[in-house]
Amino acid sequence: MLSDIGNTLLIINILLGISIIYFSFQNLKSNEILISEKIYHICLFQSTFIIICFLTLITAFIVSDFSIINVYQNSHSLKPFFYKVSGTWGNHEGSLLLWVIILTIFSFLFLLYNKHHQKNYRIYSLIIQNILILGFLFFLLFNSNPFSKVLPIPKEGLGLNPILQDPALAIHPPLLYIGFVGSSIYFSAAIGSLLTNYSGKLFARSIKNWVLISWSFQTLGILAGSVWAYYELGWGGFWFWDPVENASLLPWFAMSALLHSLIVLEKRNLLYFWVIILCLLTFILSVTGTFLVRSGILNSVHTFANDPSRGIYILIFLSLMIFASVLLFFNKFKETNYNLNSNSKETFILINNWFMIFYLITVLLGTVYPIFTEVLTDHKVSVGPPFYNTVIIPIVILFLLFMSVGPQTQWIKNKFYNINLLLKILMGSILINFSIIYLFKGYSLLSNFIVISAVFLVISSLIDLYKSFNKLKKDSPRILSHLAFGFLILFIGLNYNFSLEKDFNLKLGEKKSFENYSIEFKDIRLQDFENYKAVIGEFKINNFKKNLDQSLYPEIRIYENPSTITYEASIRSGILKDYYITMSNIDRSDYYNIKFQKKPFMIWIWISVIFISLGGFLRLYQNAKKNY
Amino acid sequence: MQKKIIKLSIILLIIFIIGVFFIGLNKNSIYDTKNLVGQKITKIELEHFSDNRIITAGDLRKNNFTLINFWASWCGPCRAEHPILLKLNEEKNLELLGVNFKDKKNNALEFLKDLGDPYDDLARDELGKHSINFGIYGIPESILINKDLVIIKKFIGPISKNDYNYIKNIVRQ
Repeated sequence: MLSDIGNTLLIINILLGISIIYFSFQNLKSNEILISEKIYHICLFQSTFIIICFLTLITAFIVSDFSIINVYQNSHSLKPFFYKVSGTWGNHEGSLLLWVIILTIFSFLFLLYNKHHQKNYRIYSLIIQNILILGFLFFLLFNSNPFSKVLPIPKEGLGLNPILQDPALAIHPPLLYIGFVGSSIYFSAAIGSLLTNYSGKLFARSIKNWVLISWSFQTLGILAGSVWAYYELGWGGFWFWDPVENASLLPWFAMSALLHSLIVLEKRNLLYFWVIILCLLTFILSVTGTFLVRSGILNSVHTFANDPSRGIYILIFLSLMIFASVLLFFNKFKETNYNLNSNSKETFILINNWFMIFYLITVLLGTVYPIFTEVLTDHKVSVGPPFYNTVIIPIVILFLLFMSVGPQTQWIKNKFYNINLLLKILMGSILINFSIIYLFKGYSLLSNFIVISAVFLVISSLIDLYKSFNKLKKDSPRILSHLAFGFLILFIGLNYNFSLEKDFNLKLGEKKSFENYSIEFKDIRLQDFENYKAVIGEFKINNFKKNLDQSLYPEIRIYENPSTITYEASIRSGILKDYYITMSNIDRSDYYNIKFQKKPFMIWIWISVIFISLGGFLRLYQNAKKNY
Repeated sequence: MQKKIIKLSIILLIIFIIGVFFIGLNKNSIYDTKNLVGQKITKIELEHFSDNRIITAGDLRKNNFTLINFWASWCGPCRAEHPILLKLNEEKNLELLGVNFKDKKNNALEFLKDLGDPYDDLARDELGKHSINFGIYGIPESILINKDLVIIKKFIGPISKNDYNYIKNIVRQ
């Protein structure tokens, strides 16, 4: 029953999409100055129906309707309510439905909130967005249908993969999707703008809030995924350069570049074509990321769904998107001469963009390189952290310095606010760096530079913040994000240099000592939970120097549906550092393999990222207030 | 003219990238080990554990059957399968090639000293790179090959009693 409702709703949505395109063309031909009410209504219906469609799927998960293959494969009647709901988007088909919802809702809201913009520009954006919606609806209906039936109806479901039964992962896909699927709207708008030769300034004004929304959510979405990998996958860090992680980072770089160059376009009406390229690129990268992750072309630790037929569909769709936009771009491109002063704000924003593009290309190359070598030379390689660390880290130093200096410049003029001040800040940063080394321990030359440049950015942002409170400069969202970014790099640097990692085998009652620590295996017990059993170990950590005494309880969980064993890290998060223990059993022996880590400032890495995205939300709030 | 060349090269580049993606999609993924059975191993180059030499395909052609076993001292399930490997070592038609995977030499030696050494030959793959060529994604894993280096069966996880009987039947035929 629910399956039929779902399918019907999908078909209705296809019809609505087609009729929006049809009426939009009608409207273009007519002489009306306004977009006809009819189009608004159909768009509203479209959003309503797709939401109902999604609710139908959620209902199917809640009532455990195993006649739907998707529910059968990803749910179980005994699963907690929360994970029944989040299971809806914890799989390929359901998450694609979420894609379409975001495409549709953004389409409607963009139409609604841009009433004072030119009609043709809005109509063309709407048409392009609906072509995207249709593309994904067809994909959903014919290739990845979340409402497909299974016969005979199974009595029980297979259950959701236990590692996906996690609060961070329940919010991760929606956040990330608002980010990178949200970027579709400025892809459509960019094409609309090219087709109608819309004014650069107005174009910037119409999309800037959408870029902010998607950028802020993308940042949070990446964070949620990263936090999840930290404590659920037991990887014990914040970033692993896994292809799936990279896929979410690529559009983020493009968005960040876009966010900055949009300011130039809005204020100075420059860089129009560059902004267009970034708009197109962001969504193209989002779809590319989806392709890489979902097609199974890349092997990643958590490529959770792969099927070549999906890959071919997305790839064809992607190719059409790229070729159409590139050809249109070539057709409309006009060369313009920019005369920028070398020390003006415009120049510094461009520098930011080049850095972002550099990072983007590096990460993209690292991610797709294995595919190329495999296809071209039949050689299998994998690109790991050493590549990224070597290429990216040295450049981060320069990036941070420019990031500190950039905001101190002015539009058009070839002048800094205060070079003396900057030099003082630099001296201060060097001092702070050396006092860290003096008080704690030394680290490599490169790490010195990282810490110095991060502190440099932090101090200059703090001074900006002080000025901002004194109303000299009102730019708090920017300052907040930059400050948080400085802190992020600083904490990453310190985390990297002050981490401690030990791997050893212990049996019950034994004690292991190293450096200032000792770890004692106190107890082990078996406990039953709602949907799993767990072997829980108790480990006592002792720090001789600081008189610290803590117990950690790593688990080995045995899930029934599907029957899987997972290893749960036990993490004691503190303000200054995290202690992290995972244990795994060694068969036919009393020994357990223990991985112990001390990770300084982990929590501050997460908090920094939250503040980076908060800056985006704050700017959004400011913009909204200005308009009313 | 110059502009046209730039445009053309951009388009060609895009076509090239998408083309590679298309071909990549149709390629068998390395981690799909189902298709390995029946395939012939063409290239083997493994560093010998203690001698300064390379174990090659030629070495394995001398044996009627070879069981390549990937293991490490830190791997729990490897302990579990160890007694079975020792028993398999008694088979006349079968040689055991151990590949010590991402391990420390001393730990590996201690492991063999404690539990016994079932291997006729031992190689090491300290970085785990060579094992990728065999489609190994976790250990223990074992591959049974014949004289022509054709893969007869791949065992993922520790070798069980049933696997033992299976191997025994094949090599005694």
